[in-house]
Amino acid sequence: MSLDKSVATFEEAVSDIPDGASIMIGGFGGAGGMPHRLMVALVAQGARELTIIGNTAGIAAPTGFGWPDGETPIDHAILIENGQIAKVIASFPVSGSVSRPNAFELAFQRGEIELEVVPQGTLAERIRAGGAGIPAFYTPTGAGTDLGVGKESRVFDGRETVLELGMRADFALIRAHKSDPIGNLIYSGTSRSFNMPMATAADVTIAEVDEIVEPGGIDAERVDTPSIYVDRVVARNSGE
Amino acid sequence: MSMPNDPAPRLEREIIAMRVAKEFQDGDVVNLGIGIPTLCSDFVPPGVQLMYHSESGVLNCGPLAEEGKGDVDLINAGGQFLKPVRGMSFFDSAEAFAMIRGRHIDITVLGSLQVSATGDMANWFLPSRGVGNVGGAMDLAVGAKCVIAAMEHNDRTGASKILQECTYPLTSQGCVSLIVTDIAVFNVDKRGLELVEVAPGWLPENISDVTDAEFEIASDVKEFELL
Repeated sequence: MSLDKSVATFEEAVSDIPDGASIMIGGFGGAGGMPHRLMVALVAQGARELTIIGNTAGIAAPTGFGWPDGETPIDHAILIENGQIAKVIASFPVSGSVSRPNAFELAFQRGEIELEVVPQGTLAERIRAGGAGIPAFYTPTGAGTDLGVGKESRVFDGRETVLELGMRADFALIRAHKSDPIGNLIYSGTSRSFNMPMATAADVTIAEVDEIVEPGGIDAERVDTPSIYVDRVVARNSGE
Repeated sequence: MSMPNDPAPRLEREIIAMRVAKEFQDGDVVNLGIGIPTLCSDFVPPGVQLMYHSESGVLNCGPLAEEGKGDVDLINAGGQFLKPVRGMSFFDSAEAFAMIRGRHIDITVLGSLQVSATGDMANWFLPSRGVGNVGGAMDLAVGAKCVIAAMEHNDRTGASKILQECTYPLTSQGCVSLIVTDIAVFNVDKRGLELVEVAPGWLPENISDVTDAEFEIASDVKEFELL
C-alpha cells in the first residue's frame, strides 16, 4: 500500500542524508527515547559537516546518565568521534562532571565543532513552533542574560522578553515505542521528551520503533504523534 | 567548605535540604534541581503532600526506583530511574516547559554558583570551563512562582557565593526570593538581602565576615528552624 512508510533496515532509512544536513536527534539524554540504531547507521553511512540539534550532545557515555548499570552507553559521541559533526545546537551539551568530559567537549576545546546553547524550554518551543508554522515567539527565558544578547527584546506586562525563532531541520531521527505502517506513533513514559516536537519540525522524520504493528494495531484514541508528521518507520526487531 | 575562622561547624547538605523543605505548603507543585535540591524530598514535613514535576516529562513522580529495577523510559531530569507510582502523567518537552513558563510550578529549588544581593542567579556557566549546560535552569528561574537557592555559602576556594553583583554569566535577573546555605538563611527582594536565620554557634557578624554582599539583619534573627 502506498501509505506504507516502513523501511526494512536502518541503513536504508538514513541512506539519503547528505553532507551538510541539519539533523534533530530525539530523546532527553539517557537510553530511553534515543534513536540509537539510526545513529549507528548514520555513522556507517558517513555523511559529514552535519549540524545536530538535541537536548544534549551526548552525555551518557562518560556519566551513565539514564543508562542501566553494566550497559555501555551509546550516544552522540559516536558521530562526533567519527568526525561527522560541524555544529551542535543543544541545552545540555557537556557532561555534568567537569572531570569526565564527553567527546563533544574535547572536540569543542580543539575548535573542531561550533556550539549554540539554547535553554531547554526555548529549544523545545522553537522546535514546536518550527513544526507549527510559527516563525518566532517572545519568551522571558534568557532575557537579561548572555543568551539574550543580540535578540530583539520587548516588554509585556512589565516583564522583559526576547524574540526566539522557530526551528526546523532537514531530518529528524526520533525514537518511539510502537508504530503502525502509516506512522502513527506511541511512546513509553519519559521517552516522549524531544521526540514529539522534533517529529513535527523536519522535512524528513524517521522514527526508530520497538515494533511496527499491523494497521489498526494502535488505538486511535491513544496516538501520541499522528502519522502526518512521520515519513519513515523502521523497527528494532526487523532484520536481525 | 569550612574556613579557618568559622565559629562553629557548617551544616550538612541534608540540613540545608531539611530547612528548604520547611517552605513547602500542602499541595505545592515542586521542581527540584540536581544536587542539594534533590535531597529536599526526603524531608517534606508531615501532613504536606506535594506534586513533583520533572522536565524529563513526568508529573506527580515519586521516589527513585529500587537498585536494578530501573526503566530507561522513566527517568527524572538528573537521569535517575524513578519508581512507577499511581497518578503520574507523561508529556513531551514542549509541554514540560509550557508548565514551567506558564506559571504552573509553585516552587523550584535550584543549586547555584552565585546569587546577587538583588536575587540574580548564576548557575549554568563556570568561566574556567568555557562551556556550560543551561538545561532547564533559565526556564525554571523565570517561570516558577518561587525560586529558592540552596547552596553552600562559600565555594571550594573560600569565595563567597553571595555577592553584591554576580561575576559569572547570569541564569536570570532578580528571580531568587530565598537563599538557604550551610550557615544562613536570607530573604531576598529587589531592595536587597535580609538575614533571617543563622546556623547554631554563628552570629550575624560571623556571616558578614564570609559574605561579599551587604545585608540587613532581621530584628528577630534566630537560629535555623528545622521543625
